[in-house]
Amino acid sequence: MKAFTYERATTPEAAAQAVAARPGAKFIAGGTNLLDLMKLQIEKPLHLVDVNRLGLAGIEDTSGGGLRIGAMVRNSDLAADVRVRQRYPVLARALLSGATGQLRNMATTGGNLLQRTRCYYFYDTSKPCNKREAGAGCSAIGGFNRIHAVVGASEQCIAVHPSDMAVAMRVLDAGVATVMPNGARRIIPIAEFHRLPGNTPQVENALQASEFITHVDLPPPPPGVQVYRKVRDRASYAFALVSVAVIVDSQGGALRSARMAFGGLAPKPWRVPEAEALLVGSTLDANKAVEVGNAVFRDATVRGHNDFKVALTRRVLGNVLVQASQPARG
Amino acid sequence: MDMSQPAKANPLDQNLGGLMGKPIDRVDGRLKVTGQAPYAYEVREGAKPAYGYLLESSVAKGRIASIDASDAERSPGVVMVMTYKNAPKQAPFGPIDTSDRFARSKPQLGDDGIQYYGEPVAFIVAESFEQARAAAKLVMVGYAQERGEFELKPGMAKAVIPKSEGDRAPDSSLGNFDHAFAAAPVKVDVTYTTPVYIHAQMEPHASLAYWKDDRVHIHCSAQLLESAQKCVANTLQISPNKVRIVSRYVGGGFGGKLPIYGDTLLAAMASRQLNRPVKTALTRQQMFHITTHRSNTVQHVQLGAGRDGVLSAIGHEAWSHSARFDNFYESCAHQTRTLYAAPHRKTQHRSVRLDLPVSDSTRGPGEAVGMLALECAMDELAHQLGMDPIELRVRNEPAQDPEKNIPYSTRQLVACMKEGARRFGWNMRAASPAQRREGRWLVGMGMAAASRGNLLRPSKCSVRLDGRGVLTAKMSMTDIGTGSYTVFSQIAAEMLGVDVENVSMQLGDSDFPPTAGSGGSFGAASAGSALFDACNNLRLKLAEAAAMDVSEAVFSGGQISAGGQSRSLAAVAGVLGMEADGEIKPGDMEKKFSQQAYGAHFAEVAVDMDSGEVRLRRMLGVFAAGRILNTKTATSQVLGGMIWGVGNALHEDAVIDPRFGFFVNHDLAEYHVPVHADIPAIEAIFLPEVDDKTNPLKIKGVGELGISGAGAAVANAVFNACGVRIRDYPLTLDKIIAALPAAA
Repeated sequence: MKAFTYERATTPEAAAQAVAARPGAKFIAGGTNLLDLMKLQIEKPLHLVDVNRLGLAGIEDTSGGGLRIGAMVRNSDLAADVRVRQRYPVLARALLSGATGQLRNMATTGGNLLQRTRCYYFYDTSKPCNKREAGAGCSAIGGFNRIHAVVGASEQCIAVHPSDMAVAMRVLDAGVATVMPNGARRIIPIAEFHRLPGNTPQVENALQASEFITHVDLPPPPPGVQVYRKVRDRASYAFALVSVAVIVDSQGGALRSARMAFGGLAPKPWRVPEAEALLVGSTLDANKAVEVGNAVFRDATVRGHNDFKVALTRRVLGNVLVQASQPARG
Repeated sequence: MDMSQPAKANPLDQNLGGLMGKPIDRVDGRLKVTGQAPYAYEVREGAKPAYGYLLESSVAKGRIASIDASDAERSPGVVMVMTYKNAPKQAPFGPIDTSDRFARSKPQLGDDGIQYYGEPVAFIVAESFEQARAAAKLVMVGYAQERGEFELKPGMAKAVIPKSEGDRAPDSSLGNFDHAFAAAPVKVDVTYTTPVYIHAQMEPHASLAYWKDDRVHIHCSAQLLESAQKCVANTLQISPNKVRIVSRYVGGGFGGKLPIYGDTLLAAMASRQLNRPVKTALTRQQMFHITTHRSNTVQHVQLGAGRDGVLSAIGHEAWSHSARFDNFYESCAHQTRTLYAAPHRKTQHRSVRLDLPVSDSTRGPGEAVGMLALECAMDELAHQLGMDPIELRVRNEPAQDPEKNIPYSTRQLVACMKEGARRFGWNMRAASPAQRREGRWLVGMGMAAASRGNLLRPSKCSVRLDGRGVLTAKMSMTDIGTGSYTVFSQIAAEMLGVDVENVSMQLGDSDFPPTAGSGGSFGAASAGSALFDACNNLRLKLAEAAAMDVSEAVFSGGQISAGGQSRSLAAVAGVLGMEADGEIKPGDMEKKFSQQAYGAHFAEVAVDMDSGEVRLRRMLGVFAAGRILNTKTATSQVLGGMIWGVGNALHEDAVIDPRFGFFVNHDLAEYHVPVHADIPAIEAIFLPEVDDKTNPLKIKGVGELGISGAGAAVANAVFNACGVRIRDYPLTLDKIIAALPAAA
């Protein structure tokens, strides 16, 4: 860990200004990812701006029937909120499937969106990684890539985004509210928040320098049954090999609307509108599931150790859709 | 005393105080949970320490072409950067052939050669750990890299025959295996592979070293203090009596703390140069490469049987790797030599020299992975025969050790299997696989035998009873989390008839009488027998001082009584106290009797028919391991071993990247060990047993018994659940779904 200085901000604008004022400054919230990365010198901030006491730890109802979630709401508090549990069960379940109780007690809503990949080679600074050092090369390509991306990756980077929470937010069409050092505010749709690696895998999201996440907005829940299914190598405390968040509205066997978001497959929470469109108005059967799977993986590139993710996702997705399209599912 | 004869009746058999087997809480439990039991890194002795950090090689083979520490030396807080250019002169590595490989000289930063990934190339010492670690990033190392060999299977063609370990030869044969196997009506001929497993001790390796009066005092996390003492002395070329090793509390050993490593040796050297204490700890990531691991293995098992299930031929060939400069091998087939009857037998071990980090003992070396192959092969045979796996094992129960031709001291394998079957509801198991479905889960049961060799090693002990009636015992023995402090307190208290609270058990200091330490499941038996002998000798002295006949004397309630007279032990000991020494040596009993602890594992698993995820539902182990000193600590030990077995079967896999020669997933986020949710219901019980051939305590080792066969029971349950037999551990879902039918 490199030596760094520290200050505590008192307002969101002041936090953004504090980071803007110092080269090499970063925000720190729960610290559940940043501190680990600092110990390994993957992150080397010179200055930390503590954003834990900005009055952003609350969850408010919005006039339109949605929720506005403060960026400092802890994962455990968000998962336990009765409105989230009742109206956004896919989010509660995604949160509870992530990390451990101790980590969820510290990890924040804003920080979770920004957590960095668990690619083994990203974590070992003695190995080339384009995400750590642009142009250095990718060690995962040609290496052990069992946990890596099968869609959305590039020849520069095949890392996946590790968040469960973000997958649920993607299926819920959340918006990420931010503030700039000059006080300007904007809302970034979750679909546009995370960036694909392309030729710049070091750029992971749409945030500008010193832009600070203040809230996450959830629109009113769409009609239908929400399911989050996470597949992992052990029963708890493991990142998703694949996760599937679905919201399916069905009547009499026919699907009126369907949304699907995937974790563990791509550098960002992944949706395939064409695959969702295939489901609308259809009735689910084995052929339909195959067709949807084909659409999800139309542009897939498998790399050996991660080949199984395609078959795994197809197997799990079929069952999750059936589960979500059955009435009275709790 | 030695074990040239069976142990006689003794006060532990009488158990007047009721302490033998009593599940008392750990005597050091309160200290540990309140943070008052200092582990090596927490010890503060002498002046303010400087903190060392090991910089690892980022290549696996070659040499250091250039090294520039000037920026690091100028970094804030740095007081020293040691590299091969300025490291003190040390003895060369070795000797390679030795009776105690953990006492070998292990020079650190000795030259510019790199023999494995992660080998320390610099030691940075600063005023804080963070400063040292930050400065390590500033040491510029240029490598002249050489091509290394890292993969076991391609290396098998160049395998070598390892040296015998004592009386354990790498190969054995009996009858005519090839002919008998070829002629057998029913055959299993399968190859299993196991990956590299790591120890993952909760406490990382750490050391605090300081010099006082030309003697180095080292607090570290070690299992064998005499070996550690000799290793430091041999490496630094000083006398062993100039080295004191202290390991009062050790947060898990599992074989990974049998050796000592660069943290200890470099702290000792740097402390001498700086003339101040130096403290260092390995990071979790560093432990993967700097410390030892369990080798991956390839195991070829051949079973030939009649249609009645009676084995005519057993063959087990195993390949494992050793670091190129070392000569270790994983003794996978040793239990195969003794577990089942068959007239024609063959076992063989081969070692493949690779440029990987050093492989060495890991909990249950040999049987932990050997039984993963043998006990699944037995399950495959049972399936082929359409026979219950327990019945198959019963039919092959030997009358005596089939290769040594000597009787077993005690052997309750069949009793363990039958009791386990009854308790587990084994009769509910479907005879053929993939029969039981609950929702999307396929549910099945599996079982496997457990067998672990029993050992006894020379050890000494001194005891002293003071005028307050407090009994103090001293031994270099360690408590690596097993419960040594507790069970030894129980033995001493039972022997002298005092309360456990009146026993002061002093362990973990090489200045105390030498013992075998903790390892090989021989710790309790070896050090405990020395303690027993010392207590016995103290009883004699006390009886003599009290003018009583020791054969009639009763030691109870802090009193010695005989002939209607009673005196307090405190008074007999007097203000000067009374001392006695004890000693144990192995004898002929281990040559005349085949000594193993036994058990049977039962597992129920569910396999998700869509994802192939395997989840343990419940597990039971039934064991027979001689007298149990404390049912609570012994149960904890075997449960821990069983959980390792679950991890070995389902989760653990240190993946080698052959481009770099390193373990890719070198942290606990991606090297998966079971977490609580993976172990929903687990139980272990012990059958009554007393074994007078093993040691005067009549106990057997339990530390490695629980892991033996545990993973095989899980793997067999996976087969019973879904009909998929994976012979390439661990049984991860990608392998399962490749063989499962299409999801319905």
